[in-house]
Amino acid sequence: MNNFAYFRPDNVSSALDLFAQNAEPQFLAGGTNLIDLMREGINRPQSVIDLSRLPLDKVEELPDGSLRVGALVRNSNLAEHALIRERYPFLSQAILMGASGQLRNMATTGGNLMQRTRCYYFYDDVARCNKRTPGSGCDAIDGFNRIHAILGASPECVATHPSDMCVVLAALDAAVNVTGRAGQRTIPLTDFHRLPDSAPERDTVLAPGEIILSVDIPPVPIARHSIYRKVRDRASYAFALVSVAAAIEVQDGAIKEVRLALGGVAHKPWRARAAEQYLIGKQANEASFAEAAALELEPAVPLHYNGFKIELARRTIVSVLLQLCKGGAH
Amino acid sequence: MSSFDNQLDIVLDVNGAPIKLRLEPRVSLLDALRDHAGLPGSKKGCNQGACGACTVLVDGERINSCLTFAVQYEGRKIVTVEGLSSGNELHPLQRAFIFHDGFQCGYCTPGQLCSAAGMLSEFRRGSPSAVTEDVSVAPATLTDMELRERMSGNLCRCGAYVGIRDAIQQAHAEMPR
Repeated sequence: MNNFAYFRPDNVSSALDLFAQNAEPQFLAGGTNLIDLMREGINRPQSVIDLSRLPLDKVEELPDGSLRVGALVRNSNLAEHALIRERYPFLSQAILMGASGQLRNMATTGGNLMQRTRCYYFYDDVARCNKRTPGSGCDAIDGFNRIHAILGASPECVATHPSDMCVVLAALDAAVNVTGRAGQRTIPLTDFHRLPDSAPERDTVLAPGEIILSVDIPPVPIARHSIYRKVRDRASYAFALVSVAAAIEVQDGAIKEVRLALGGVAHKPWRARAAEQYLIGKQANEASFAEAAALELEPAVPLHYNGFKIELARRTIVSVLLQLCKGGAH
Repeated sequence: MSSFDNQLDIVLDVNGAPIKLRLEPRVSLLDALRDHAGLPGSKKGCNQGACGACTVLVDGERINSCLTFAVQYEGRKIVTVEGLSSGNELHPLQRAFIFHDGFQCGYCTPGQLCSAAGMLSEFRRGSPSAVTEDVSVAPATLTDMELRERMSGNLCRCGAYVGIRDAIQQAHAEMPR
């Protein structure tokens, strides 16, 4: 790993200043992804600004009933927080289905948003990768692309976003509070991550030097009865092939409100708006769910090895919604 | 960028004693413990957070020491496998691993022990897992399914998992709540 200068500011404005004043700076939080990237030579910062001691590690309840989750709240602490477990059980489930106990104790809320794709060509610096080296090409498109995107990909990049937590945050319409030298702003979670289009090197809309302060989760009463299901190659400690986050409210047999988002299928957490819109007012049964899933996946484009994801996503959506309607587990 | 010298003087609190070290910020906590502090108990398996052999406790929480810079852990209480026992008195987990043959080659054992110690305190404070039926309620029993899920961050290439599981269950039964 390249040598670097290390800074550990204790407040946000010093962190912003240090980023502006130092050569090739990089923010560091839990380190669970960044240190790997630095070891592989994918990231070669000259200055590392360690944010881990900033006072951003609280979960607070806001007057409107939202929860504000500090950017440095550890994944394990968020998953076991009493209010998260009670109000948004699928958020706890999603976090607990990610990584391992050790990694969840290190990884932070902000870092989870900022983690990079697990596309193997991105990590292999002899492969061509437009995300790592813009303009160099993509070895995944014609390569071994079993884990890659079926929705929203571009001819430049077919990588997926690896987070489980962000899939649920997308379903919940969470918002990301960020700050930079130009001031503070709030970005809807569903706009925070980008589709690759012609600039796959940019995972998010965060500007260089901006810091995530917190994530706001609005009150979503139907989320008290919600499910995150993750389908993967082994039962634990693996990234999603396909995942589904869902919450639904049914009144007199008809769907009154529904939240649906998919993971493992796109360059960003995929909020299934077409399916949601279709389902409102429909009967809560297998036929409606199958039609909604088909609508959402209609634009899906398979690569050579990942066509199974389309059928897997369709079936997982139907199965999760049916389980929720059967009054199944939280 | 080997052109500049940026060694830092840091003090790590390891197994209850301060250890003064001079090292570059790029040195991982694992390498600092093994190569700089003379504590080779924590093992380097994959060096990328996949195998768990490097697991140590920081303020009682288990982490992968390979995926962190030592300098980040200044001022935190670090416990390695060397610090689990009290003098000559083995930790209940260590005794149970011996009794149940919770190892063959032993390379993953320090990480398994530290991880199990952290895992048991997570379970005892009511933390749910990915296999907990209802995450809003603390699981009452450490079933084998709960145990396997919670220990999935520690690999054993010898396949001593049955002994490891039995050892952790025995220690859990013996250790005071």
